[in-house]
Amino acid sequence: MTPPMPIPYAPKHTPRAIIALTLAAAVGIPSLLLGAILFLTPLLKPATIDAVLGFGPDTGSWTRGLAYALALLVLAFLMVNFAAIFSGVISWYERRVAGRIQSRIGPNRAGFAGFFVWVADAVKMILKEDLVPADADSILFRAAPYFVLVGFALTFVVLPFGHSLAVTDLDVGIFYVTSVTALVVVGILISGWSSNSKWALFGGMRSAAQVISYEIPAGLAIFVPVAMAGTLSMQGIIRAQGGLPWEWFVFRNPAAFVAFFILFTSQLAEANRTPFDLPEAESELVAGYLSEYSGFRFALFFLCEWGNIWVLSAIATTLFLGGWQIPGVSAEHIDAVRGASVLPAAAWWGWNALSMVVFVAKVVVLCNVVVWLRWTLPRIRVDQMMSLCWKYLVPMGFACFVFTLFWELGVQVSPHLETVTGVLLFLFACTLALLFGRRVRLNIQAVQGDKFDLSNW
Amino acid sequence: MAKTATPADRYFGNVKGTVQSFWHGLSITLSYLLRRPITIQYPDRTELPVRDMLPPRYRGFLEVDSSICTGCQACERACPIGCIQINLEKDAANPKQRVVTQFDIDEAKCMFCGLCVEPCPTGAIQHTREFEATQRSVRNLTFRWADPESPFPVYKVAKGAEYYPRVPLGALVRAKLEAMRWDAAGPEFLPPDPAAAASAKKPAGGAALAPAKVLAAKPAEVMQAAAQSVPPAELAAPPPPPAPATGAPTEPVKPDPTTDGHQA
Repeated sequence: MTPPMPIPYAPKHTPRAIIALTLAAAVGIPSLLLGAILFLTPLLKPATIDAVLGFGPDTGSWTRGLAYALALLVLAFLMVNFAAIFSGVISWYERRVAGRIQSRIGPNRAGFAGFFVWVADAVKMILKEDLVPADADSILFRAAPYFVLVGFALTFVVLPFGHSLAVTDLDVGIFYVTSVTALVVVGILISGWSSNSKWALFGGMRSAAQVISYEIPAGLAIFVPVAMAGTLSMQGIIRAQGGLPWEWFVFRNPAAFVAFFILFTSQLAEANRTPFDLPEAESELVAGYLSEYSGFRFALFFLCEWGNIWVLSAIATTLFLGGWQIPGVSAEHIDAVRGASVLPAAAWWGWNALSMVVFVAKVVVLCNVVVWLRWTLPRIRVDQMMSLCWKYLVPMGFACFVFTLFWELGVQVSPHLETVTGVLLFLFACTLALLFGRRVRLNIQAVQGDKFDLSNW
Repeated sequence: MAKTATPADRYFGNVKGTVQSFWHGLSITLSYLLRRPITIQYPDRTELPVRDMLPPRYRGFLEVDSSICTGCQACERACPIGCIQINLEKDAANPKQRVVTQFDIDEAKCMFCGLCVEPCPTGAIQHTREFEATQRSVRNLTFRWADPESPFPVYKVAKGAEYYPRVPLGALVRAKLEAMRWDAAGPEFLPPDPAAAASAKKPAGGAALAPAKVLAAKPAEVMQAAAQSVPPAELAAPPPPPAPATGAPTEPVKPDPTTDGHQA
């Protein structure tokens, strides 16, 4: 028997069309969503709707109400879609980052670099059976994901995206955010209780204990920028800061520097992110409060969990990192170029787009930190979680708050205090970053033959 | 500061420890983020086929080169789990010639221990580096090395032969794998005909005693059989066998049971 010729082998490469499609989706989907937010949020305001549709004081309240309701529906649809798609994309990104941190590659089959894995996941989730356990409280069990989703989606009412880009600017913006996120706890408790499973109940109880405990240091840390800005409004807090780093609240006050980390830690805990993922600790509780969920209800929980990364990063950016402030351009200048007409001038749109870019860039950096933290820290114990909150974060939060009150008195006396501290703390942060970069380089060099290499994505 | 740690020392020590461990931990994970992952993208992004990246003595699927199989059934007896099934019959046209009508290896059962390779006198049965054969029907993993329709004659070992011409290792099993679709239907075995099964048993039972006869075959018969058998067997027949280039064995003239022939 003569051996047959073996089939010649060549390593496969991703087809060009797939790469092009992936890049188009990776650039196009965020651009589409952010573009829609850029154009729709300023236009779908009551004043603009009135002017465009010619509503006067004598317009019937039903007509007016219908128009407003339609506008709100469009905005709600847009925001929920933004949140859903963001959480999908970050689920892919997180798995890729996790892969690299663990010296592996991560999802790589669906699309170029596995980008479409989140679409595949969503399709899989929708196709799965929506199972309600026989002994579960079926009404509450079915309702719980909506509580979580509503609590999460409502935060997008006040989250800013740029200079004039927010669904609305409530006077009590940040207070509103902390209030509606409490709905998430209700949903988690309901899911834990109604599942009628020990794992789920443990997860739900842990989650309630954790989220309610960490509301306190988060609230105390939020007081610091509120005291510095003198307002609870998200846009007002951003307008009280500046575009340059030393004009950000985080550097303008040593207590705010600490409060930033307190807020960030507390929000990680409220979002049930590692190292605070005790409610769903998969090695102890199967999946915690969502053990019994399957299909799309399960997907809703995870949508909120990943979407919360955006929410917590956006809140931290708003409160401490200068929000959408463009360096060198004041918010008043952007207000001035709007013009008196119904539709804003082109320059105004340009500045708004730029402010959105600044804001999204800052949020994405923070999202990266959240993902990076998850793959660095192991899960802490329940008692450690509680002692971290009550023994460390709460007293430090109080100290920061009280310090800030005195600091503001000092700033009243000499306004240069904030500038000097801002520059000094910014330089301190830059030094820390440089030292950290050096440390990372040394870590890479410590292993024989390893070097900085971003290939093999 | 006093030697004994006060509560305040412990408190601020904990804060310091937390900050330091974050500093170290984050720098370590970031440094891994900036390195190249060591994972190889199996199966189709590797530079070589994965089977060619495996060590040469990897024990993958068994391969039988029927052109040098003596039909001794040593492998069948050696197999601890009985995944090899061999049947020999007398050739109807030439009663002195025995033919192998069945040589099935159930690779789904095989535990890749290598015990069948060791007793093989000619190195006809060998492990290859093939390991990928996903099949929807597990019965497709029974590799049939003898075709019952056209059984192959047993190979007669020439006296003094040190070398057995073997096709390149892995070529046969690869050809089988490439010919198989992963979702091919399993073989349809007909229900056994009792009469046929009983008559088939007898030659098979007789053949179990055969290997000793084969080894004790007279030289003349060996030459005759070699002339009749397939061309690769003739290559082995010349009295001075071509020694492998790599370290020719200096052992006596007795047929060398080592299995190096294919590696030369």
